[in-house]
Formats: sequence, structure tokens, C-alpha cells
Amino acid sequence: MRLISSEEVIGAVSRELVLINTRVPEDLSKALKELQDASSDAGRLIMDDIMKNAEIAASRGVPMCQDTGMVIFFANIGTEVSLAEPLPVILDRAVAETYVREGYRPSVVVDPINRINSGNNTPAIVHIEQMAGENMIIDIMVKGFGSENMSRLQMMKPADGYERVADFVVDTVARGGGNPCPPIIVGVGVGGTFEQAPLLAKRALLRPLGSRNTDEVWAEREAALLKAINMLNIGPGGLGGGPTALAVHIIAAPTHIAGLPVAVNISCHASRHGRVSW
Amino acid sequence: MRTFFLHSPFDEASLYELNIGDRVFLSGKVLTARDAAHMRFAAEITDGRSRPELVGATIYYCGPCPGTTGSPILSAGPTTSGRMDPYTAMLLGYGVRAVIGKGPRSREVYQALRENRAVYLVATGGAGALLAESILSSRVLAYPDLGPEAVLELVVRDMPLIVGTDLHGGVIYNSL
Repeated sequence: MRLISSEEVIGAVSRELVLINTRVPEDLSKALKELQDASSDAGRLIMDDIMKNAEIAASRGVPMCQDTGMVIFFANIGTEVSLAEPLPVILDRAVAETYVREGYRPSVVVDPINRINSGNNTPAIVHIEQMAGENMIIDIMVKGFGSENMSRLQMMKPADGYERVADFVVDTVARGGGNPCPPIIVGVGVGGTFEQAPLLAKRALLRPLGSRNTDEVWAEREAALLKAINMLNIGPGGLGGGPTALAVHIIAAPTHIAGLPVAVNISCHASRHGRVSW
Repeated sequence: MRTFFLHSPFDEASLYELNIGDRVFLSGKVLTARDAAHMRFAAEITDGRSRPELVGATIYYCGPCPGTTGSPILSAGPTTSGRMDPYTAMLLGYGVRAVIGKGPRSREVYQALRENRAVYLVATGGAGALLAESILSSRVLAYPDLGPEAVLELVVRDMPLIVGTDLHGGVIYNSL
């Protein structure tokens, strides 16, 4: 067995949380620069602000967005890994310590109706999977709710087919309009069950920008969807004058003979995610 | 597209100059208020309580990243304006002169803006670090118990904004 201490996990997760809140990664920076060059008028002003913002956040070490999000973890733990405490307990401590220490905005309310703030941005959302061996991989996502609120799930019928799936994706982006801080990244989950489709859509947002879907059919669908979305003329900040989306990423999964679940998870341009591994 | 350096509170003449898409660098006083603070303002106004600080005010839909005790605000971008739509006509009727946020508004809000000769200014969503640089000072003005949703009075200098609605009926967002 390989023992990984709680302190080791907290230290690595905490460093990564600071990094992803304050630094725009290379793939995103490159995609934003291309979009900036393709924008004009008010859309160009928005893109200029976004590029300047990235520089300021990095040089001052401050969060690029005040919505420092809910923190979502996708952990994959090897069967030979031993932890001293349950992983959700360790990860909540990492989030609480980091957000309080850094003065990041606590954005979590304990009860969705009475809405009392937990004060330290916990609980985090933790998804755990297992693999063979003695490694552990934790993908971390910091998700703002301007874009989360514009996401949708639909339980379609098999007869609807891919055409209706595509319509649903484009319609979701159209309804979101300028709200989710475009330019956006569109994560799509097709298949699975009622709860799995949105998880696939969220995971799809972790894929590096500029990467191609390994399945050629889905890769072509992604390209066609991106084109359709960028014809909506929503534009940077919703002000027109440029493209609306940086990428569409799809994950498809096996589903029931009676079903065709489709979920669309939108990410704002401040797509903050990273990975720690042992 | 023109560029204006404006001061809040506004005089009406300066607002007539603006057209949608113009760049505005705003200086002066701005009050932050988001979901929870709007609910309270609306409840107090309905109860007939007085909120003089709202008369002539500029409201910024923002819950900043506070920083640690004594540090300046780290990040302060706009939140989605649409969630404040149910309260906006009431606040504009009460005397609010300008609102700052991001994203499209309801038809009722656009109408209320026109009727009250008020403007909607758009800040770049997700540009919290950039927008925080324009904040010179901040203090809690109301509802400290709301924590990150408390109402702050910010003094800003050259806060970068874009005119979203103007007094000539213009609206920058495409209607869906």
C-alpha cells in the first residue's frame, strides 16, 4: 500500500487552487488571443479587457474573477492507495484553508432556501472513481455560477436522434445569450442516465482547448456545432462583434434502450481547472 | 464609438451624451448590491422605510473577492444582471440613476430605464482583477451580516465600462 498523508494532499490541492484562480493556462490564453484578433467594436473592448485582466491577475496574484466558484473535484484513486481520512473530508479542509487564507470569496450557502453562507466555500463537490495501482489523480475545477446557471439537461427520446441533440445544444447557448460571460466553452454529455449526462458534460470541460475528439464522428459534430454557435452573433460579453464560443467538447456514453439524455454545461471564458497527481 | 470620462453621481446632461457601445471610464461613488441586498432593499422600500443613499446612486451588481483583513479588494467583476430584474424597476423608481452589470435585461427593465432617464452600463464579466484596480477605497454601507453580499460603498477611478442602454432608446444586447 502507498500511504498519502492528508497534509500532502491539502498542500498540493491548495497550491493548485491558487494557481488556477490566478493564472490563465496556455491553451486558453492562445484561444482567447485568436478570438481577440477576430473581434471588433464593443466585442473587441470586452476581449481587450479579458486579456488585460489575465495579465493583472497573474502579476498581482489575485483571482481573475471575483466568483471564485464552487470547487469540484474528480478524483481517481488507485486500489493500492491508502488515505488516513475520507477524501471528501481532506478536500473540504483544503478548500476551507485556501479560501480563508487567500481571502477568496466564500460563495457557498449551506441551505439553498435560507441561504446562510458557510463562510469558507465548503462543501466542495467530490466525485470519486477507482483504478488499479498506487497512483491518485485529482482533477480540480473552480466553477462560477454565471455560466453554471445557463446549463441544461433534457431527457430526449431515441427517435429524436442527433439532429435534435444538436438543436438542443445550440438552443441552450442561444438562451444563455450574454449571461454566461462569453466567449464560452460548451461541454456536452450525451447518453448515460439522468445524473451521468451532466457529469459527462462537466468532464468535457476539462479537455484541453485545441485538442481533437478521439472519435472522428464526434470530432466532426463538435466542429459543426462550434460553427453553428458562432453564427448566433452573441459575441464577447454578448455585445456582438466576434465569436461566441472557444470550443465545443462532447463526451458520449452508453445509455438505456429507451433513452437519449443530453446535458449541456457552459463554462465562462475564465475556465479554471487543473490537476494534481501522485 | 466614443470615450467618456464620467463622474458618479451623474448629472443628467452627461447621460444624454452617451450612445450604446461607447466606452465609459467611471469615477466617483458606486454601491455594490447583488441578489440578497436587492431582496432587502425591495422589502424595506415596500415597508415604506427610507433609503436615501439610493437616490441618485449608481448600483454595481457585484460581490467582490474580499481579500484578507486590511488588504484591498482582490477581484470585483460584475455578476449576471438578469437576476436583479425583478427589483430593478422599483429601485429606478426610487431614484437609482445607473446600474452596472453584465448580460441582457428584461423588457420591463429597459422600459423602466427609459422612463426614469437612467442608464445600464456593462462591465466585462470575468475581468474582476482589472475592475478591482479601479477601486480606490471601500466601506460597508449596509447589511454587514450578508458577508460577501453586503452593500459596499466603493470609490472608483476610471472604472472601464461600456454603455449598454442609452437615453435615446438604444439597447446593446440583441433581443433573443
